[in-house]
Amino acid sequence: MPVSTEKMVKVFGRPGSLTEARFTYCPGCHHGILTRIIAQTIDELGIVERTVGVAPVGCAVFAYLWYRCDVIQASHGRASAVATGVKRANPNLIVFAYQGDGDFASIGTAESIHAANRGENITVIFVNNQVYGMTGGEMAPTSLVGQKTTTTPDGRDPALFGYPIRFSEMIAQLDAPVYVTRQALYDTKRIMDATKAIKKAFTNQLEGKGYSLVEVLATCPTNWRMKPTEANKHVAEVVTKVFPLGDLIDRG
Amino acid sequence: MGERMLLRGNEVIAEAAIRAGCQCYFAYPITPQAELLEHMAKNMPRLGRTFIQAESEIAAISMVYGAASVGVRTMTSSSSPGISLKQEGISYLAGSNLPAVIVNIVRGGPGLGDIAPAQSDYFQATKGGGHGDYHMIVLAPSTVPEAGELTMLAFDLADQYRTPVMILADGMLGQMMEPVELPEPIDVASLPAKEWATTGAKGRDPNVILSFDLDPEVLKRMNLALQKRYRQIEAKEVRYEEAATEDADILIAAYGTVARISKSVVRMARAEGIKLGLFRPITLWPFPYQPLKELADRVKTVLTVEMSAGQMWEDVRLGVAERANTPFYGEMGGVVPTPRRILSEVRKHAS
Amino acid sequence: MPKGMLIIDKERCKGCGLCIVACSHPVLAFSGELNRSGYNVVHMERPEACVGCGFCALTCPDVAIEVYRARVPA
Ligand SMILES: Cc1ncc(C[n+]2csc(CCOP(=O)(O)OP(=O)(O)O)c2C)c(N)n1
Ligand code: SF4
Ligand code: SF4
Ligand code: SF4
Ligand SMILES: [Mg+2]
Repeated sequence: MPVSTEKMVKVFGRPGSLTEARFTYCPGCHHGILTRIIAQTIDELGIVERTVGVAPVGCAVFAYLWYRCDVIQASHGRASAVATGVKRANPNLIVFAYQGDGDFASIGTAESIHAANRGENITVIFVNNQVYGMTGGEMAPTSLVGQKTTTTPDGRDPALFGYPIRFSEMIAQLDAPVYVTRQALYDTKRIMDATKAIKKAFTNQLEGKGYSLVEVLATCPTNWRMKPTEANKHVAEVVTKVFPLGDLIDRG
Repeated sequence: MGERMLLRGNEVIAEAAIRAGCQCYFAYPITPQAELLEHMAKNMPRLGRTFIQAESEIAAISMVYGAASVGVRTMTSSSSPGISLKQEGISYLAGSNLPAVIVNIVRGGPGLGDIAPAQSDYFQATKGGGHGDYHMIVLAPSTVPEAGELTMLAFDLADQYRTPVMILADGMLGQMMEPVELPEPIDVASLPAKEWATTGAKGRDPNVILSFDLDPEVLKRMNLALQKRYRQIEAKEVRYEEAATEDADILIAAYGTVARISKSVVRMARAEGIKLGLFRPITLWPFPYQPLKELADRVKTVLTVEMSAGQMWEDVRLGVAERANTPFYGEMGGVVPTPRRILSEVRKHAS
Repeated sequence: MPKGMLIIDKERCKGCGLCIVACSHPVLAFSGELNRSGYNVVHMERPEACVGCGFCALTCPDVAIEVYRARVPA
């Protein structure tokens, strides 16, 4: 059936800040939703010509293929420090770091905390999918107690590996950050909430307010060995119990 | 030319960086380069430039990576253990074709070692240090004024070849005070624009800074481009000094602080009738193999003297290529060889 | 005429099914047709039910859906 949209208005289309390249993510992976939300935010704020993205090492390593803004690929965990260098060198740029939970909350712990503690005027998107997606599903610092991963085949045992780290709560203890929030993408309401939070995090930077962190609970259907729909349900019913949603601080 | 001042090596490097237009400096404290950090802390903010005391050397070099991506002149400094931590970032800078200056005021190692002057980071500086097939240009000053000159040069070379450049000095040079005539500050606005920098995709396609491609053929091409540049650097940027080599039949090969000490040894030896000369590499990478080879044809012995177990010695032997004897004398652990001690080594080999 | 209409980019669709769940009307279903990457792509099984709310597109991780809405008569 040929679709006719002749007498209709487009209400949702591909954001202009995205290239035509297809995402390399697995089916149903929330990284894709988040990438689209960020591009849409860049569109809405009209900042594509002055935005610099800092891509992590992780499944989002290919971010430079997808955005129509300048992108820097950082070493594993250092995106917040790289973003610091960019922003300090050229404060007119709008700088966002996009980091997985391994990147941000494990190997990059020091860089993540200290960029926040200096109150760098940057926007950090922290993708908490409770696993190391790119390397094949190893335990992340955020993995849930009992969660089976390739490095915790019998489930994460807190006696051996500790508990899921609530990194955003740690950052929310600091004096400098202006906005720290935890969002999710498991249904349309959460997607809309997350979109608002991300826009706010960018707007804070535009207004020179300082450091904003948006943690996003995401799925990794592939390594969780769940269907995308089951993975969404798992976030809604299980993950949010350990990582409660909502703003942790908002001094904007 | 600028005014004449009495300054420490560390201060001269810092001040030269400022005059070379260094816009952003990031570092973590470590002895013996504290004065460098302090000079930057005091002066960079006054000039409206960026100084950050980073949370670690890894963070500092990553900030350098960010600032270099934006196209500004940027520097970090540290000493041996801190430079070990920077290797990740240096490899990324090299792989991403980013210009930056890294200062290593070398101290005794391995491990925590001590804070005394050493030259035991030569391998790390000249042979890669981090992962992957890369080099950085390594400049080794032997006096305080030269530390300033080479720092200015380091920024130019970094920009010209889009490569990290290291200043390899040691605690003795860092702490030593000498009268210096500092060059006039450059006009940053006159520097060539960096079209590749991530300054915002306005009126152009997006720029990307990366050292990554999963396709081996593409990564191979990226590597070949790097190697091509390294061959150009080797062809054009070799720097060295010869002293009293015209009639010499024995040479000392030494760099940095040891070369400086060896100049006195040349005078002492000559007074005894030993025809001693000095060969001093200024660029440790690219190493001056060819000039050394030519000299080696005319002398019987090339004695390498280092504050290490014999690191540059390997390059000296490559350069000499068995055209002459290549004995070695080294001190380790931060012990600085005295002119007398070096002279007695020279005597052993003077026929 | 339906209130809403989609253009689904079959080659972008990875057949994850998230849009199907996001639509409460329901409009979408797997088509059984495989795209070049081998994914079972989604189509509008009941196009007449589409209200053009855009929930499916918001949810699509691969930005495969464009949403159109009928102009409200003035
Ligand atoms: C220094 C270093 N250590 C390890 C790796 C291997 N590595 C690549 S991605 C990754 C984990 C990524 O996990 P996460 O940050 O959670 O991102 P995700 O893929 O889950 O989005 C690791 C350990 C690396 N590239 N560099
Ligand atoms: S491995 Fe997981 S995080 Fe990575 S793309 Fe696939 S689903 Fe997404
Ligand atoms: S636009 Fe709304 S009604 Fe139409 S298919 Fe999408 S979710 Fe369903
Ligand atoms: S959400 Fe997108 S990718 Fe997934 S089935 Fe629907 S159209 Fe296809
Ligand atoms: Mg992860």
